[in-house]
Amino acid sequence: MSDRSNSIFPSTAGTSGGVSIELDGVTKVYPGQGVPAVEDFSMRIEPGELVMFVGPSGCGKTTTMKMVNRIIEPSSGSIRIDGQDVLHLSPDQLRRHIGYVIQQIGLFPHMTIADNIATVPKLLGWSKTRTSQRVEELLETVQLDPAVFAKRYPRQLSGGQQQRAGVARALAADPPVMLMDEPFGATDPITRERLQAEFLRLQAEIGKTIIFVTHDFDEAVRLGDRIAVLSERSRIEQFDTPDAILAAPANEYVASFIGSGAALKRLALLPVTAARLTPVDGSSRRPSVSSTATLRDALDLLMVTGADALDVVDEEQRPVGRLGHADISAALTPPERVEVGTP
Amino acid sequence: MSAPGTADVAGAPADAAATPRDRTTLLGTPGRRLSVVRVAAAPLLVAAGLLVLFLWVRSLELDSIEQRTLNSDYLVARVREHLVLSCAAAALVALIAIPVGMLIHRSQSTVLRTVVLGLANIGQATPAVGVVILLAIVWKTGFSTALVALVAYSFLPVLRNTLTGLAEVDPATREAARGMGMTRWQVLRRIELPLASPVILAGLRTSLVFAVGVATIATFINAGGLGDMIVNGLKLQRYPVLIVGSCLVAAIAILIDWLAGLVEELARPRGL
Repeated sequence: MSDRSNSIFPSTAGTSGGVSIELDGVTKVYPGQGVPAVEDFSMRIEPGELVMFVGPSGCGKTTTMKMVNRIIEPSSGSIRIDGQDVLHLSPDQLRRHIGYVIQQIGLFPHMTIADNIATVPKLLGWSKTRTSQRVEELLETVQLDPAVFAKRYPRQLSGGQQQRAGVARALAADPPVMLMDEPFGATDPITRERLQAEFLRLQAEIGKTIIFVTHDFDEAVRLGDRIAVLSERSRIEQFDTPDAILAAPANEYVASFIGSGAALKRLALLPVTAARLTPVDGSSRRPSVSSTATLRDALDLLMVTGADALDVVDEEQRPVGRLGHADISAALTPPERVEVGTP
Repeated sequence: MSAPGTADVAGAPADAAATPRDRTTLLGTPGRRLSVVRVAAAPLLVAAGLLVLFLWVRSLELDSIEQRTLNSDYLVARVREHLVLSCAAAALVALIAIPVGMLIHRSQSTVLRTVVLGLANIGQATPAVGVVILLAIVWKTGFSTALVALVAYSFLPVLRNTLTGLAEVDPATREAARGMGMTRWQVLRRIELPLASPVILAGLRTSLVFAVGVATIATFINAGGLGDMIVNGLKLQRYPVLIVGSCLVAAIAILIDWLAGLVEELARPRGL
């Protein structure tokens, strides 16, 4: 194969960043069903953005996502990746340039982890040396020691390790776009939290454009740049940043989906520096909190210690300001309008 | 929920921490799952049986009819005929039934599936003696006719196992393969067939053993094999001939099953 180019999308030949995804009036009607599964879905996702699709089971969020790589063919509408209409590309070619991670992981049980990860590079005709270098690099990226794991079979790995291998496999050919269907849904809470943290770190490094489907709103808040809250037939109830959705849910439906404790969830998103700190002079006997902590951590510390204010300190433990209950409340109030639904 | 505690406490699927390690040691040993006893038992048993048979025949005083069959030239010739016939039948079954199974699986057509499975069922349900003799009447006698009858008779296990094996591949595995851009053919060849291979091989093993047993009826249409000895022994009331013939068929069937079992174990894809 003479064509070594890594991408079918114009702006990413040679680079690894993300590209835009535009869905325009996308509809899916299954034969024999009167009601469409997805109706007139339109959305623009910016390059490098991590967009979460959140909604109850059966709302069509997974169907919407799977139309992007044409695992499910749309009935009408158009989908463009980097300005290119995916419906005009060969589905197999298209999929080789889109990372795909599913909840069940779907590692090939008869292949070693290295061979699993090498799947797409092999389909693209990469050389052996390039492929094995890439496999090693990826195993290190997802924190699986190549010396230990490359030659193992999937069933010799724990659930969390398998999921990491699954992510590595999806990243193998450095696709600009990733589709992730509840990738951490089947793992236990502790493993899930660790995988989420690793995933955030990884995304900060690679900056892919990602559509991430979940039914867990807290996961959406934790990971997403923007969240699309979806209802029946994949209707977009609200599409905004986690902070904006928590601060001002567009309607009852979104509010009910957020559940209780919206203010606390918002605090977890805001760094202590988002609050207006009262300047301090010299040291005090107040409990201190790092300036990289979240407001939720600060509130937690206030509750535990019973103090009425905390010192916010920088890396060298120098106090940069004082933070009290009122400052935290003030940070929650959006500039334009008073928040509703605070418990 | 029999054991209180342990597995359920974590609340999560229990495979997070404990089981993978156990599996590692289980699979990590190079000796696979073959124990010496299992490997050696069948051939030793057969060897012992044949030795007893040999000693018994030697202790007899054979008349001229018996001497004509109970000598090594005759025995080797019949065993060879028998093996050639049954192995050729099994090979043909593999060559036809596996691709047919793949085709039905790919087409996803219930009509095709029902028709072909129905035919294979008829092939197996019809008494093989009847098929052989009918075929001989409408066609001809000899090797090819016996082969066709045997193929018809032992077609079903391979076909059914091919279909089952392919259908049992985890849909998530298939979806992952499609999602990464494998063509349908690549999914079949690289994912579905290897994963289905243990089930397909098990079907082939059954077919092979079927064929060895049923090849005895080839004698009725003059196609040779160990059936000659059984029928002659009966007709001429020479029981040593009958007994040696039957024992050899049984020995071959056991050894073939044993060999196929070994192949099944060794050909099983690693990681399964």
